[in-house]
Amino acid sequence: MNARTHRAGIGHTILGTAILAVLLFPLYWMVDTSLQPHQAGGVKTPWFPVHPSIHGYTQAIHDQGGHLLTSLMVALGCVGFSLLIAAPAAYALAQLRLRGVTVVLLLILISQMIPGIVVANALYRFYTDIGLLNSIPGLILADSALAIPFAILILRAFMLTLPRSIMEAARVDGAGPLRVFVSVVLPVSRNAIITAALFSFLFAWGDFLFALTLTTGDNVRPLTVGLYLYVGTYVNDWSAAMATAVMASIPAIVLLVIAQKYIAAGTTAGAVK
Amino acid sequence: MLFLLPAVAYIVLFFGYPIVENVLMGFEHYTTSTFFTGHAPWAGLANYRALLRSNVFDEAARNTLIFTVGSIAGQFTIGLGLALYFQRNFPLSGFLRSLLLLPWLIPLLAATTIWKWILDADNGVLNRLLADVHLTSSHPGAHPGWLTSPTLALVSVILVNIWIGIPFNATILYGGLRDIPEHLYEAAALDGATGWQAFRYITWPLLRPVVNVVLVLGVVYTLKVIDIILGLTGGGPANATQTIATQSYQLSFVQFDFGQGAAAANVLILISLAFALLYLRASRRGVTA
Repeated sequence: MNARTHRAGIGHTILGTAILAVLLFPLYWMVDTSLQPHQAGGVKTPWFPVHPSIHGYTQAIHDQGGHLLTSLMVALGCVGFSLLIAAPAAYALAQLRLRGVTVVLLLILISQMIPGIVVANALYRFYTDIGLLNSIPGLILADSALAIPFAILILRAFMLTLPRSIMEAARVDGAGPLRVFVSVVLPVSRNAIITAALFSFLFAWGDFLFALTLTTGDNVRPLTVGLYLYVGTYVNDWSAAMATAVMASIPAIVLLVIAQKYIAAGTTAGAVK
Repeated sequence: MLFLLPAVAYIVLFFGYPIVENVLMGFEHYTTSTFFTGHAPWAGLANYRALLRSNVFDEAARNTLIFTVGSIAGQFTIGLGLALYFQRNFPLSGFLRSLLLLPWLIPLLAATTIWKWILDADNGVLNRLLADVHLTSSHPGAHPGWLTSPTLALVSVILVNIWIGIPFNATILYGGLRDIPEHLYEAAALDGATGWQAFRYITWPLLRPVVNVVLVLGVVYTLKVIDIILGLTGGGPANATQTIATQSYQLSFVQFDFGQGAAAANVLILISLAFALLYLRASRRGVTA
C-alpha cells in the first residue's frame, strides 16, 4: 500500500467512524441517560454523564431483577432445548441420504416466515388447556420456535462441509449412528454449535411477543415485558428505564465483543442459505 | 430418520398446528366465557365480514402497506450504501462493521424504549436538537409529538424500523458484494469502466440475486412486525400506526375476540405465503445456484 492510498484509507476510517457515531448515537444516549441521577420532568439530560449516578441501576435492579432472572432461565433453557432438537436434525439433513430432505428444508424455511402472532394466537389456547401459561417451560418451548429453524439451517450448512470419510472411518471401527454423531460429528461442529447457541440465546432473550401473550401476571415475567410495562404509561424515571434497557442489551454487547467471530458467522449464514 | 423425528414433531406442533388452529379459530365465535367453558360456537364467515367491514382494518391495511414499503425502501437504500462503503477495506473497517450489528442484536423492546425516550415530545433529545438549531420553536407545548401526533406517528415508527433493519440489509448485501470476483472490476477498469459505470454494469447485475432475497425476506419480516409498534405507540394514536399484525394482537389479546384476531392473522398468513413463494423462487434462481 503506497502513501497515497494509505491516506485515502484513513479518510475512509474517519468518515466510517462518523457514520457509525450517528447510527449508534441512540445507544450512547441510552447509556448516558442510565447514568444520570433521578430527574424531575423538564430537566435537560446532560450530554455527558459528568456526575454519574448508580440510581438508575439500583432502581432497575429493584424493579426488574426478578424479570432478569426469568429471562436468563428462559434463554438458557431455549439454548439447551433448541440444540437438542436442531443438532441431530441438521446432521440427518446434511449427511444421511434421506428422501424428503428438500421437503423438510422447505418447511423449515417457510416456518421462519410464519407471523409470530399466528403462533401466539394458537399457543395461548393450547397452553390454557394444558396449563403451560405463565410457566418457564412454556416460554422455552415457544421461544424455541424462533431458534430451532435458524439453528437447523446454520448447523446443516456447516455439517454439509464435513468430509464423509471421518464418519465412515468411525463406522468401520464399529460405531453406531448415535455414537458417530456424539463422538465424531458434534466435536468437529463445535464452532457452528457455538454460533447456533449464541443466536438461540439472543432470540429467546429478546423475545417480546411470546413473553407478552403467554404470561398474564407477575409470577413469570421476562425482562422485555417488564421494560414494556415500565414505559407503557407515563414515564417519570427515564434513568431507571434506560438502565433496564442497558441490562437487556448487555448480552448482545458482550457477545459481540467476546464472540465476534461466531456472531459474524451467524449473520450471513442464516438468512441466505 | 430418528434424528429428524423430534425436529419434525416440533415443527408440526409449533408451526403446523397453529396455522390449522388459526384457520379454525377464524370460523369460531369467541366470548369471554369461551376459555372457561371451552366452547366456541361456529360462526361461519362472520369474523371475516366484521373484520373487513371495520374501519380499523382499512386503516391497518393501508398502514401495513406504507410501513412495509417505507421500511424496506429506507433499510435497503441505506444498507446498500453502507455495504458499498465498507467493501473498500480500510483500517478498522471490520471493527466498525461488527459495531453496526448492535441495533439488530439488542432486544427490540430495548431499541423501542430508547427511541421512545429520544422521540419524547417534551424532554426527548430530538426535539431539543431541533429547537437548538431553530428548526422548531423552543416554546414548550409547540414541540412536534413524534409518537403522539396522528400525522407523525407512522413516519416515526417507520424511521425506527429502518434503524433496526439497516444492519441486516447491510450485512447480507456486504456478503453478496464480497462474492463478486475482483478480476471483473480489474477487467472493467482496463476498459475504462469505474465508479458508477462499474456499479451499473458489474455490481448491480451480479448482486441482483442477493438483492431479490433481501427484499423478499425484508417484506416477510416487516409484515409480521409487532414488537416495534407495540413498544413505540401501541398502534395509536387513534389507530394511526395500527397494522394488520398489531390489529390481530389487539383483537385477540386485548379484546379477547380470538375469532376476529385469528381472521386478521389469516389475512397476514396469505400475504406472507405469497411472498414466501416469491422468496423460494428468488433464492432458487440466485443464491443457491
